[in-house]
Amino acid sequence: MSTIVLMTVTGLGLAALYFLVASGLSLVFGLADVLNFAHGLFLSVGAYATWWAAGNLPGAGSDGWGFVLAVLFGVVAGTVVAALVELVMIRPLYSRTIEQVLVTVGLSLAGVAALQAGFGADPRPFPRPSWTQQVVTLAGARVPLDRLLLIVAALVVLGLLLAFLRWTRYGLIIRAGVENREMVTALGIDVRKAFTLVFAIGGAAAALAGALSGVYFGSVSPTSGASLLIFAFIVVVIGGMGSVLGSAVAAVAVGLLQQFVNYYGTSGAGDICVVALLAVVLLWRPAGLAGKAATA
Amino acid sequence: MTAGERATAPGKPNTGRTATADAAQDADRTGGSSLLRVADLSVRIAGLHILQGVSFEVASSGVTVLLGRNGVGKSTTLRAILGLTPRNGAATGSVRLGGEEILGRPTHALVKAGLGFVPEDRCVFAGLTVAENLRLAERTDTPDYDLVFGLFPELSKRAKQRAGSLSGGQQQMLSLGRVLLNPNKLLLIDEPTKGLAPKVVTEVAEALERAAQAVPVLLVEQNLAVVRRLAGDAVVIAAGQVAWTGPGERLLADPALTKSLLAVNAAGGH
Repeated sequence: MSTIVLMTVTGLGLAALYFLVASGLSLVFGLADVLNFAHGLFLSVGAYATWWAAGNLPGAGSDGWGFVLAVLFGVVAGTVVAALVELVMIRPLYSRTIEQVLVTVGLSLAGVAALQAGFGADPRPFPRPSWTQQVVTLAGARVPLDRLLLIVAALVVLGLLLAFLRWTRYGLIIRAGVENREMVTALGIDVRKAFTLVFAIGGAAAALAGALSGVYFGSVSPTSGASLLIFAFIVVVIGGMGSVLGSAVAAVAVGLLQQFVNYYGTSGAGDICVVALLAVVLLWRPAGLAGKAATA
Repeated sequence: MTAGERATAPGKPNTGRTATADAAQDADRTGGSSLLRVADLSVRIAGLHILQGVSFEVASSGVTVLLGRNGVGKSTTLRAILGLTPRNGAATGSVRLGGEEILGRPTHALVKAGLGFVPEDRCVFAGLTVAENLRLAERTDTPDYDLVFGLFPELSKRAKQRAGSLSGGQQQMLSLGRVLLNPNKLLLIDEPTKGLAPKVVTEVAEALERAAQAVPVLLVEQNLAVVRRLAGDAVVIAAGQVAWTGPGERLLADPALTKSLLAVNAAGGH
């Protein structure tokens, strides 16, 4: 029983990371029709900026409020990079899908190379707050606190995103734009501002995922963003393009399936099962679990 | 044929100038009755020459109706005016609103400048509530909900209902309500009665009639009963060109002309 609880919490922790990366990716694709292969770069920028801030930024550190400040710095860095990528590289290419894909793939490769050039190719130990390494007993299982941190962070982000989409003017524009972008424009709304905003939101969530993945894995490497991005794409497709709630449900399904199959089956079989789940969902519901909608 | 109308043989290039166009241009120069002037408008989409030099004018009051058989380019004309030509297409020519060239300007800027658009098939946001659809369309601090709910009380009653669950007629009311919330210089309305029950058609026609008292309308419509009720001027498009312009009632009073241009019996209504 305790093993099942531990596997469940660990799977949900993994799901939290997938959700944080996938939610922004999903909104960007749902609203702007941009398949952003550079999204993993935002995660890496967040992770490295947090790592750098913990060691160099005055007031920041690896514990307490210092760590919060370091994570905040990482999130801001990811947000700024994402907004700049949209403004400088994606915006001129909105009517050119192939070029968009080439640019984002190129950017993801160049980003990894730049991080390797700046910080080396080897993983760097990540400054983890000591309390995240402690364990609590949950239904008889000894659960590391870092898993719970990931789950709580993802739930907070999910709540904030849903509240933003539900209660704000820009949230309304994004929900409508995911359904019919042209009609939003025909109501007199400059939807390009919403594009920049969803890139920035996606960058912030991915950067937070980067900082939290550092806590979870204990290290940060230039390729960590790319490896998480593959599963985030699967989560987006399963959940439905543009659906934050769909991404959350799909992330939980993928995280738990991967964790349990890898533990009870052969290591690596979980990844294959995730791809099989993707195939089944695509055959059963080609538009994903939630279809194309920004909230449900 | 009178001074107020001109027929152009479908299939032949339209040079763009008609008797009404020349007269309206003169009137516009002197602050006369023409609000929108479309001149030599051509649209190519995916290699197809959909519009081939369309020219007409829209009066600064009342309803100007764009007529024509299916697929001749009526909706394309409205969309080109509003800058909604698809990515694989291009529009050339001239569209002047109040004397100012607007062809090529971004759609959102044109709508903010006062071009209200009601698309074919309504295009309400199905996942949003009626209230959210209306709120999204607000362009001023003082949206005219009194007018919208006065015309369509049903929208007020169903404010919390998802637009996707409305009937076709209710969705059309919502689509019209979205543009009527704001002050407009001109409304571009594409087949508002398409697929609606006769009773709803009457309601929509009444609403259009009332809206047209306050703002000029360029209307694409196939229902001749509605055209007869609303139309001031009529512009008939055939094969991507203007085939006839003139007073709508004159077109509908001539069954032979109506049948040759529109392939329908004017006496039969729709």
